[in-house]
Amino acid sequence: MAGAAALTAVVVLSACGAKTDAAGGSSDAAAKADTSGDTVKVGLLNSLSGTMAISEVTVRDSLKLAIDEINASGGVLGKKVKPISEDGASDWPTFAEKANKLIKEDRVAATFGCWTSASRKAVKPVFEKNKSLLFYPVQYEGLEESPYIFYTGATTNQQIVPALDYLKSQGKKSIYLVGSDYVFPRTANKIIRAYAKANGMKVLGEDYAPLGSTEFSTIANKVKASKADAVFNTLNGDSNVAFFKEYKSAGLTAKSMPVVSVSIAEEEVKSIGSQYLAGQLTAWNYYQTTAGEANTKFVKAYKAKYGQDKPTSDPMEAAYTSVYLWKAMVEKAKSFDPEKVKAASDGITFDAPEGEVTVDGASQHIYKTARIGKIGTDGLIEQVWDSGKAIKPDPYLKGYSWASGLS
Amino acid sequence: MTVILGQTFTGISIGAVLLLIALGLSLTFGQMNVINMAHGEFIMAGAYTTYVLQKSISSAGLSLLVALPVAFLVAGALGALLEWVLIRRLYLRPLDTLLVTWGVSLMLQQAARDIFGAPNVQTRAPDLLTGNITVIGGDDPLTFANSRLFILGLAITAVVALSLTLRLTPLGRRIRGVVQIRDLAEVSGISTSRVDRTAFFLGSGLAGVAGVALTLVGPIGPTMGTNIIIDAFLVIVVGGIGQLKGTVIVAFVLGVLQSVLEYSTTVSVAKVLVLVAIVAFLQWRPQGLYTLRTRSLV
Repeated sequence: MAGAAALTAVVVLSACGAKTDAAGGSSDAAAKADTSGDTVKVGLLNSLSGTMAISEVTVRDSLKLAIDEINASGGVLGKKVKPISEDGASDWPTFAEKANKLIKEDRVAATFGCWTSASRKAVKPVFEKNKSLLFYPVQYEGLEESPYIFYTGATTNQQIVPALDYLKSQGKKSIYLVGSDYVFPRTANKIIRAYAKANGMKVLGEDYAPLGSTEFSTIANKVKASKADAVFNTLNGDSNVAFFKEYKSAGLTAKSMPVVSVSIAEEEVKSIGSQYLAGQLTAWNYYQTTAGEANTKFVKAYKAKYGQDKPTSDPMEAAYTSVYLWKAMVEKAKSFDPEKVKAASDGITFDAPEGEVTVDGASQHIYKTARIGKIGTDGLIEQVWDSGKAIKPDPYLKGYSWASGLS
Repeated sequence: MTVILGQTFTGISIGAVLLLIALGLSLTFGQMNVINMAHGEFIMAGAYTTYVLQKSISSAGLSLLVALPVAFLVAGALGALLEWVLIRRLYLRPLDTLLVTWGVSLMLQQAARDIFGAPNVQTRAPDLLTGNITVIGGDDPLTFANSRLFILGLAITAVVALSLTLRLTPLGRRIRGVVQIRDLAEVSGISTSRVDRTAFFLGSGLAGVAGVALTLVGPIGPTMGTNIIIDAFLVIVVGGIGQLKGTVIVAFVLGVLQSVLEYSTTVSVAKVLVLVAIVAFLQWRPQGLYTLRTRSLV
């Protein structure tokens, strides 16, 4: 009896949903954004607990800052943006579940978040099936395009390839690869191996530790014994704490064997401790110290909201920028409908803290400037090299002959 | 050569960490037969104690030294409280202790999350412990990390202290008596419930000390205990339940085995191989390395 009542309720509710769809426009998505009132909901999907929280909480804070600023200046299409924050808990199935909840129950117009590639791969089918948009703010291993994901972090040709070019220009002929054991480091290292082969660089070893692992003494020994010229580090989350503690304990320094990291930004430097990291290199598109008026404004606003001792970092900046890009797309499309927003995306530009960025509508990635930085004793990162201009995104590395065998 | 020596030291240092986390458990699980799934959370309590002390004591070295006894008391008190509230009702139902303490472990994790926040935190190691000493110089130097030497020293001290306590003190004799024949101990005038609680206090306190040591190796977080507890149980079971000697030997053997395999393969493969070796060993000796054959426990 109760079952029948519940079933009826479901049928009635889904019928209502269908009606909104019909009234709302063209999309045949199962769940559709609720934009009936004077607010529009967006989802924030980040790990607020677990091994990735060290990084992802800052992204959530940064997204909220952008939303507050947009609301203060009148919202989007006259509607205030209301964030619904969910915790992915550093657990990929949880990410998929929460993405489903945001789209189906909260009926958000777009979702911002995810960090690890594993979490992105877990939510990708959810967004594609429901035809809802995800804005992904973190650099990743490339080799992916999804019609329902906008990638506002760097793809490989905007981060890893320039980092390798930099090492080569510094005369580094052999490297050791250390990473967390999941999709991003494994794919990144495949790309690095292909690059090394084509550029006369030697890869002396490749080691992975489980995500969240804190035992790095053996890996540090192996790295030390290899006598490589440099280490390419794709460890994620707070494994980096254990790795750099062990690295220093093993007597390795930035001078004797520099480490280039692609997942350590200012926030991580602060919690790992700059005494372990001073002099080491990072590859990103943005640093707190990046020059420019837009960045001065962003850093000031972030510190005013979250505390003077809180640094800003690349993924935070990409997350902040992604909200503004979404706003610009919605305003150009004059609609919250994901299909119309997508159609309007090509060529959208925004004066971001990292410098002007432009959306490439075909790949749904953005043009970004590559930057190499050196970690200082004060925990900030000073730029030592940049690409000069924003690089066109090339997620499948079609522009590089050595990358032809990768998939 | 230096590679082999360096790697052996690494193995011994991994063994020292294993030994420290398993030592308290050898008392509560090994001697008292309580499957305490919350043991890992007592380790976490010790680690967070270090973190809290470092907030108020600016010198990293001093805060670490103060943390050792304080973490022992904090974790020990938590253990005694757990024993008094729940476990003493379950001594005749060892499997139920597993479920009950698992629930407690989840509650403690959530408590840590509420008090300290979900993101993991770190402590600063004293400068003295971030460096290393050179054992063999030259082109291919052999160095030992100071923090690892400190942990090794701590583990050895803890084993000696626990072993002497069990062997020589009246409390140790009472613990051994209660573990061997509870009823006879009771009629001999030993307050078995008090002995139980004291033993639990000691075992949990040792977990707190292990927590202090772990802050030198990696980050501190609400779930750090769950990652550790399995290793600790493995050491006890393979070593032989109730056998301090077995615990010590197995901790170092597993540490060295892990590091050697890790060096020649990868971290994940080494983990698998170690587990396969353990399973094979337990097929051969289900009772573990050492078993209780005499009336002596230590």
